[in-house]
Amino acid sequence: MNRRLGVPALWLLCVALASVIVMRAHYVTDLSAFLPAKPTPAQQLLVDQLRDGPASRLILIALEQGEPLTRARVSAALGARLRRDSQFSSVNNGEPVTEERDRQFLFLHRYLLSDDVTPARFAAPGLHAAIEDTIGGLASPEGLLLKSLLPNDPTGEMLHIIDQLQRTPAPATSDGVWVSLDGSRALAVAQTAAGGSDTDAQARAIEAIRAAFAAAVREYPTPAAAAVQLKMSGPGVFAVSARAKIERAAVRLSIASSILVVALLFAVYRSLPALALGLAPVASGAVIGIAAVALVFGTVHGITLGFGITLIGESVDYSIYFFVQSRPVALNKASPSWQRTWWPTIRLGMLTSVCGFASLLPSGFPGLAQLGVYSISGLVAAALVTRYVLPALLPSRFAIHDVTPLGTQVARLLNRSRQLRRWQLAAIGVVIAAAALSVLHQHVGSLWNRELAALSPVSAADQNYDATLRGDLGAADVRELVIVSGPTLDSVLESAERAAQVLGGLVGTRVIGGFDSPANYLPSAATQKARRTSLPGPAQLQESVRQATAGLGLDSERLQPFLRDVETARNAPLITAQDLQGTSLRAGFDALILHQRDRWNALLPLHAVAAAQALDTARVTAALQRAELSDAQVLDLKRESDALYAGYLTEAIRLSLAGVLAIIVLLLITLRSPLRVMRVLAPLLLAVLTVAAGLALCGVQLTILHLVGMLLIVAVGSNYALFFDRQANLHEAGGEALTLASLVIANASTVIGFGLLSFSQVPVLVALGTTVAPGAFLALLFAAVLSRA
Amino acid sequence: MRWCAAGLLMLAAFSAAIGAAPVATAPDAPNQATRTAPRAGIAELDAVMSLLAMRRHGRVEFIEQQFLHILNHPLESSGEMLYDAPDRLEKRTLLPRAETLVLAGAVLTAERGGHSHVLDLRRYPQILPFVESIRATLAGDRSALERVFHVEFAGSLQRWSLTLTPLDHQLMRTVKQVQIDGSQDQLQRVEIRQTDGDRSLMTLRTPAAP
Repeated sequence: MNRRLGVPALWLLCVALASVIVMRAHYVTDLSAFLPAKPTPAQQLLVDQLRDGPASRLILIALEQGEPLTRARVSAALGARLRRDSQFSSVNNGEPVTEERDRQFLFLHRYLLSDDVTPARFAAPGLHAAIEDTIGGLASPEGLLLKSLLPNDPTGEMLHIIDQLQRTPAPATSDGVWVSLDGSRALAVAQTAAGGSDTDAQARAIEAIRAAFAAAVREYPTPAAAAVQLKMSGPGVFAVSARAKIERAAVRLSIASSILVVALLFAVYRSLPALALGLAPVASGAVIGIAAVALVFGTVHGITLGFGITLIGESVDYSIYFFVQSRPVALNKASPSWQRTWWPTIRLGMLTSVCGFASLLPSGFPGLAQLGVYSISGLVAAALVTRYVLPALLPSRFAIHDVTPLGTQVARLLNRSRQLRRWQLAAIGVVIAAAALSVLHQHVGSLWNRELAALSPVSAADQNYDATLRGDLGAADVRELVIVSGPTLDSVLESAERAAQVLGGLVGTRVIGGFDSPANYLPSAATQKARRTSLPGPAQLQESVRQATAGLGLDSERLQPFLRDVETARNAPLITAQDLQGTSLRAGFDALILHQRDRWNALLPLHAVAAAQALDTARVTAALQRAELSDAQVLDLKRESDALYAGYLTEAIRLSLAGVLAIIVLLLITLRSPLRVMRVLAPLLLAVLTVAAGLALCGVQLTILHLVGMLLIVAVGSNYALFFDRQANLHEAGGEALTLASLVIANASTVIGFGLLSFSQVPVLVALGTTVAPGAFLALLFAAVLSRA
Repeated sequence: MRWCAAGLLMLAAFSAAIGAAPVATAPDAPNQATRTAPRAGIAELDAVMSLLAMRRHGRVEFIEQQFLHILNHPLESSGEMLYDAPDRLEKRTLLPRAETLVLAGAVLTAERGGHSHVLDLRRYPQILPFVESIRATLAGDRSALERVFHVEFAGSLQRWSLTLTPLDHQLMRTVKQVQIDGSQDQLQRVEIRQTDGDRSLMTLRTPAAP
């Protein structure tokens, strides 16, 4: 086959294959990019919680503006609509829609639900004490109203169950619906049936709420109703808006930077074919990069695509080098071919970048590992396309506009610095490095941000609003919880009951303020049976009641309903999870039970003694261990996720240093001169140090994305430094102008591409942009000034 | 959800109470003899109210007796009551067992045995007559009283009596009438008659100066 056609044909085939893989690849946008590939059991629980835990399924709804009564009406209409929607497992806006059923359920099953039910309580002395207590409680206006329950429930089990369930005060209510403490907004909480990690389902649920709200407002065609505004918050809302934000930013910035880079290249090349061909390596690199990720990992994280823009920065440089530097070849057949003179340098630059990105491959952070695969395969593809495909596609005697004048001008600018002596240059480098290091040293304590929230695309204002709504709803974000797991629902309920005994003791000693347990809603079968057998038979109970009421001023005859109810309870079946259906208790129960694959988990969220006080989880763990509850684990969600991220960060820093070491070894082998290696690396390290110091001075805490940015500085900058090194060694004066011109153009395109990222609203993109744009410019500047013969 | 359980307490009580409450039978006929001509009463009522309104703080001891048809003898309790203008009322029962009720604005907080219940009166208006009768009287807030009750005045500044009848039908299902007797700016006796025939009688006394 004709070589001139064979290579492009092979290239087209590869790109076509890669495109098919890209189109059929599975893309995920959930949090899993941030979650470890091989989690520990505690991390697995964390992952499950963050992905599908009950907290991840909450959508907090606020109605604002307008006036209170209208908000209440709209809230009621909205609630009614959402309750009919199967996308929501529960909708609560404070209306007593299920309270009658709740009351019936609790009253009917009070002897199986109350943890006060023991044989002793139903013997005469126990009954006496319980009834005396209940009578004492009648003395308040509130208790007075309980008197009608007395004939049925003289031991006060109903009140006790309600105390058992009611751990936090209810939100304020006005005009029949929940409102914020200041009354300025009506509140509701919807729980989605789908897990929080299903961002598409969350997006549909949010849309359903919007539509229901619009319909609810239309039910009241008044200006007051039209003024009411809907606001939503919660993990799902954040996930959806973050995804939209990242997508929007990625699309907008890609378009903007493409336009700018294309305009720049056209201004330089003044040739449409060159422009079109110049984008071929970039596009091939991107497609092949994504295809490689899909092949290696099976799925592609959305965040990897977000990083895709980073590749443009370097791969577009290859074609710039090619067009600018091969111009003399095109014009003069006698000059040595570009492939022979320039390609080895570009190849070395590419290998340097590959070494840098290869350090990301072993990362336990799937997002970083994917970025590594994507960058390596993309760069190799772009370089190979530049080397083998572009020359084959180039029309014969094709040449771009002459950029030598640009190079000459830059050279003139540089000449001033070149009049400095070598020791003077070295001194300047040392001074800059020392200044940067001293700045970094001053900020060493706060240099790195070790909290996962640092990567969150949710703005501080949105986070504050979320906290406000949660405060109003009394739905504080659960931070610490005890998790017990087991093979069946009943086994975890039993474990939860055992853990509850330990936790009850900790409430007594004020280690924790309180806790919830699914066993409060549905006791284990064993516990229910034990309570049922605590209830005495009719004859025995009648006698006990007769003795117990003596001296209480209460005729035992009046307690006939009690005798009847106890006898009914003695013969009633045990409560099952199905019995909770149709009550608000179902949502409470479901929120605390997690069923995954063949495991059941019961969650017991812990409350701090005081709102602002941190919980001592170590003491909780110790107490559970003393009780030999081996299947119970204490999980601090925030600490666990921060530890996870801090682990990634530490690992990434180590890996990056290993990458730098690999680059040094690679350069030592190819350049065979420690001095030249130093000359190549010094400008890059200086650029990285200066950027890090600059960020620290601006009060920016570095995240894992800044670290990736620094790797990119080294990757992009290594080309610059290698060109200057080559220049210095070959002493080819004629080529200098062209080299300089190509570097300046390549650098301008990189600075434009990454500079635009700095204007995005997404923290991860801002981190990349603010690191790479100045870093790439500084790398070129330092390389130009410091690398010389 | 935790908050679902909140408020159940009162609901449990009320739905049962309402369901079980017998239809008002044989109401005690209001004491016609004590009723004065309305016009004369209004001036006197305003005088008493403005006198009461001048008090910003108050602290009294109380003894309460409750006559419940389910019990053969009355329940007795005692403690102190504190009032801070304009709308905070605290009832501290000390005997037979400690219990604190705080009414602030529209929120009633009951605390006993380490548990506290928070109730929004706007949501449970049935409790209103029990607490608002005393608070509005202490505040000397006639319009607040008249929002909830039909107010009748008898007697003189020196020895007065207010008879409060709930205006709202729903309220009448629990409370039939509240009668407050006093002298000048002191409340002396509060009697709450419930629709089911039960009643409570609270006797108030200003504690001797320390």
